[in-house]
Amino acid sequence: MKNTFIARNPSVLWFLLALAVFTVVVTILSEATGFGLISTSFLKTLGKTLCLCLVAIAMDVVWGYCGILSLGHFAFFGIGGYAIGMWLMYARTEGLVQVSLQSSALPPTPQEITDAIGSQIFGVVGSSDFPVIWAFSHSLTLQLLAVILVPGLLALIFGWLAFRSRVTGVYLSILTQAMTLALSLYFFQNDTGLRGNNGLSGLQNIPGLEDRSQAVVSLWFFWGSAIALALGYVLFAYVVSGKFGSVVRAIRDNEARVRFLGYHVEQYKLFIFTLTAMVAGIAGALYYPQAGIINPAEIAPIASIYLAVWVAIGGRGRLYGAVIGAALVSLLSSWFTGGSAPDINLGFYVIKWTDWWLVLLGLSFVLVTLYFPKGIGGIFDALGRKRVEGDAS
Amino acid sequence: MNNTLLEVSGVSVTFDGFRAINNLSIQIAEPELRAVIGPNGAGKTTFMDIVTGKTRPDEGRVIFGEKSVSLLGMSESQIAQAGIGRKFQKPTVFEAQTVRENIAMALRNVRGPFDVLFGRKADNREDRIREVSDEIGLTDALDQQSGALSHGQKQWLEIGMLLAQDPRLLLVDEPAAGMTPAEREHTTDLLVRAAKTRAVVVVEHDMEFVRRLNCKVTVLHEGSVLAEGSLDHVTNNKDVIDVYLGR
Repeated sequence: MKNTFIARNPSVLWFLLALAVFTVVVTILSEATGFGLISTSFLKTLGKTLCLCLVAIAMDVVWGYCGILSLGHFAFFGIGGYAIGMWLMYARTEGLVQVSLQSSALPPTPQEITDAIGSQIFGVVGSSDFPVIWAFSHSLTLQLLAVILVPGLLALIFGWLAFRSRVTGVYLSILTQAMTLALSLYFFQNDTGLRGNNGLSGLQNIPGLEDRSQAVVSLWFFWGSAIALALGYVLFAYVVSGKFGSVVRAIRDNEARVRFLGYHVEQYKLFIFTLTAMVAGIAGALYYPQAGIINPAEIAPIASIYLAVWVAIGGRGRLYGAVIGAALVSLLSSWFTGGSAPDINLGFYVIKWTDWWLVLLGLSFVLVTLYFPKGIGGIFDALGRKRVEGDAS
Repeated sequence: MNNTLLEVSGVSVTFDGFRAINNLSIQIAEPELRAVIGPNGAGKTTFMDIVTGKTRPDEGRVIFGEKSVSLLGMSESQIAQAGIGRKFQKPTVFEAQTVRENIAMALRNVRGPFDVLFGRKADNREDRIREVSDEIGLTDALDQQSGALSHGQKQWLEIGMLLAQDPRLLLVDEPAAGMTPAEREHTTDLLVRAAKTRAVVVVEHDMEFVRRLNCKVTVLHEGSVLAEGSLDHVTNNKDVIDVYLGR
């Protein structure tokens, strides 16, 4: 089974090889283990990029393969980040509180500790009580489960309602966008119990790893992200290959026809939608400890639209296309908006890339959609075909 | 006939005030080859839509099989799994996929997402794909993208996909449209052969094609049956001549 799967999908091997080489090279150049040519902050950027690649291949499966243009997958990503962030904040604050209460004359009661943690975390929104949704935040295991189950359950319920009513195409996109908007507005509220627009912060400090330097912790997260991307890639490559993939692509091209073949189209869509949402949650849970902070602006609809833009530029319907698109566009984006890109002085006008990057991105999206519908990944197809033709002649 | 496979009785359906089907009753036996003809708007395609679950009738009954299952409460995919296959007017094969993939998808087999994902497949899969591709004459094209096939070949592939489903009832909408005479002949053979073991209902405009099928004919007009019988019988029917042939 394994042999035939790899044999049928040689690009999976190439991708894993490239990812492994990249990981080793970055490790050698990092501050923690090697030459220190890659700063810890850039290492974090690279690790975060791998997480974005992971959510991008999830998006590619749901959109590029199954034809569901979801504008909500970055919300699932954000929920994953919040789920792990709750444990990170709780456990770290608990450590700090215990240290500060040690000096008091009487040993603190558990209630005092809980109150102290509560006022530390929720002081910014004028509260000190733990909201109900923090009930499991003391447990890493339960919050890790939440990383997968909360996005999965949300996608399952939402998808069941939407697909059952046969909402498709642009209407479904609008519906997913509405869900994303509602979620981000909900997260913005102080009453929600997720610290409103302050979000969760200090996530880069991993409880239990206080004695390790950020350089080491970042490298571990980079490895974790690389492994997650590799596993996600193999998982999705398996899902979209073989007969299952055949049915999924057929649903994209002609849903009604697949129904008359006897396939329950809604079940397939729901499976794909939920599975990709869970993977998006995992990607988010790896991303935000590297970013250090998460706030509701992260799950605003625009983030999910960017996700679709990455996949479109990279090439829909090819997993490696999504990886290329996400890596290229997100790295370029941080370069242009980070102020490192040199401004262009036209004499009468200065093009500041921090302002003009979005215009450039929008323009390239339009151009790719119009002239290169297969995106950057399409170039590989063309090259591959040329090589085959060359061999034949 | 007591081996009735499909029984449509007293079915009516209205679209925005327009009565597309009006108290329609048709019985199809197993095996049988039946041609359904009629002018535009007679309700031929709507009849197929009702049987395959795409359209819900306002009233009437649609009963299938010896257990007399009502098809009206079932979804399209359930009806397809119960053994009704449908070929559309326009050839609709999955053009981005190979002929083999198209046939494999249609093969009578497990249909649930988890079963398909974890590869519970029948043992004789490749054999069956071969069998079907031989039948429709596309064995040499198995690994071709089906988008690259000719119009006629796409029609055959779609018929092949129906055969792969191994349905008890096959509904075929205008199979000969846009075909060359040689292709038509091949298509006739395919349908006549298929009808030896199952029920095949062919909706067709083209009288010459229907004559070659040499089967019982049902003439639809304004959503109900106008005449039924052999082709010669219906073409001599005065009503039929008035509304259809004498245009």
